[in-house]
Amino acid sequence: MNFDFNLVAGYLPAIGWAALTTIGLWIVALAASIVIGLAIAVARLHGGLLVEAALRLVVEAIRGTPFLIQLFLLYFGGPFVGLTMERLPAGLLALSVFGGCYMSEVFRTGIRAVPRGHIEAAECVGLDRWQILRRILLPEMMVLVLPAGTNIAVGLIKETAVLSVIGVPELTAVISGIGSETYAFVEALTLLSLCYWALVEICARLGRLAEQRLSLYRFAA
Amino acid sequence: MTASTAIPAAQIEGLDKEFGSVRVLDRINLTIPAGRVTCLIGPSGSGKSTLLRCLAMLEEPSAGIITIGGRPLGYAMENGKRVKLTPARNREVHSQIGMVFQQFNLWPHMTALGNVSEALTTVRGMSKAQAKEIAMLKLTEVGLAHRCDYYPAQLSGGQQQRVAIARALALEPKLMLFDEPTSSLDPELTGEVLNVMRKLAEAGMSMVVVSHEIGFVASVASKVAFLDQGRILLDGTPQEVFAKPRHPRLAQFLDTYLDREAVMLA
Repeated sequence: MNFDFNLVAGYLPAIGWAALTTIGLWIVALAASIVIGLAIAVARLHGGLLVEAALRLVVEAIRGTPFLIQLFLLYFGGPFVGLTMERLPAGLLALSVFGGCYMSEVFRTGIRAVPRGHIEAAECVGLDRWQILRRILLPEMMVLVLPAGTNIAVGLIKETAVLSVIGVPELTAVISGIGSETYAFVEALTLLSLCYWALVEICARLGRLAEQRLSLYRFAA
Repeated sequence: MTASTAIPAAQIEGLDKEFGSVRVLDRINLTIPAGRVTCLIGPSGSGKSTLLRCLAMLEEPSAGIITIGGRPLGYAMENGKRVKLTPARNREVHSQIGMVFQQFNLWPHMTALGNVSEALTTVRGMSKAQAKEIAMLKLTEVGLAHRCDYYPAQLSGGQQQRVAIARALALEPKLMLFDEPTSSLDPELTGEVLNVMRKLAEAGMSMVVVSHEIGFVASVASKVAFLDQGRILLDGTPQEVFAKPRHPRLAQFLDTYLDREAVMLA
């Protein structure tokens, strides 16, 4: 059997749409992950013992179980507790919570890494807790966590593939479907890998570009 | 000089500070005269920085009362009991105090101008234009107007510290606190920061300076307090404190500076 990309070439428009779907899923899930991650990180640092304990449990549970299982539990288990969702929102919700928990850990350590003196200087000129968080901690933290955050963003691209198991028409679902139709599995899966690799490469480049831009705000000390 | 009847810039009475079971400050009584420079000297761990941090409300004293211009800071005596003041009651007194740190502590994501104007807009609620005007004035005072758009990472240590001084001055404090402001600078950069402080002293700012620059202390201070193991061993004018014969602890402390600028005192 010969390796022949032409077998899948006829499906390019479908693949294009699937790629756009994957990118869309990724952008929405990433944005939601950042919001969820920030909320969890800030709540854990400022919310008191009970909130901290509850959120730690959630984060540990999400980080301690495979994403595939979480997705199954939400999509197939949800209806048992009255939570029936369409494929797309279910997939996005699961992916956002998953990404958000990982992001929250990065943000939390990032906030902790802001030098104590920067906070004291803000207290001395009269900023209150909320102003310090908004004006000093979060902006400084964002610069500190950029490399680790980019890592999670990259991981999230690949995690979108899992949504294929509940039938979200993204790259993996569409291209493996083409493989089944044409029996050109090797070609299809090779193409699929190249697509993800390209996306990951773009994301990593963007991350590095942002790091370079922000290096000015970074302290050598 | 006769005892001044003017209200002192700060008055510290019976101040204790304990970290766990360690007593860092032990019944400190000290008057900080208005319009003068008061220097705190002493070996590492003597409590001088902790005392300054209590004045800046960065540490909470375990006992004792601090007043700033006659008004209580943090705690007040009410009906013979020491009560903690609410943040609202503290705000105004606290806003009269400016603090300068050994590590500068500029916010790295803001320019020099941003650092100086931040509290003016965020805390005082000024417009951007109004805050910028004041901030530029203060940057000019420390000789850094031409560096207003630079980020801290682009400035030398001495320049960073001068921006930090401008940041504190922008809020028009009545009392400026300096915690070893030149200790992380090399001698060349130390001079430019001390010059700014000297100018400030000449303009009549009330200042408390923790410093190892004994030469600066001897030439600028009106009052010197020597701390050792959490207590004030000596205080008075530099002439009184440095006069011979010296207290043995002070002599021992100054000996470590003999190969530095304290030569001029020997």
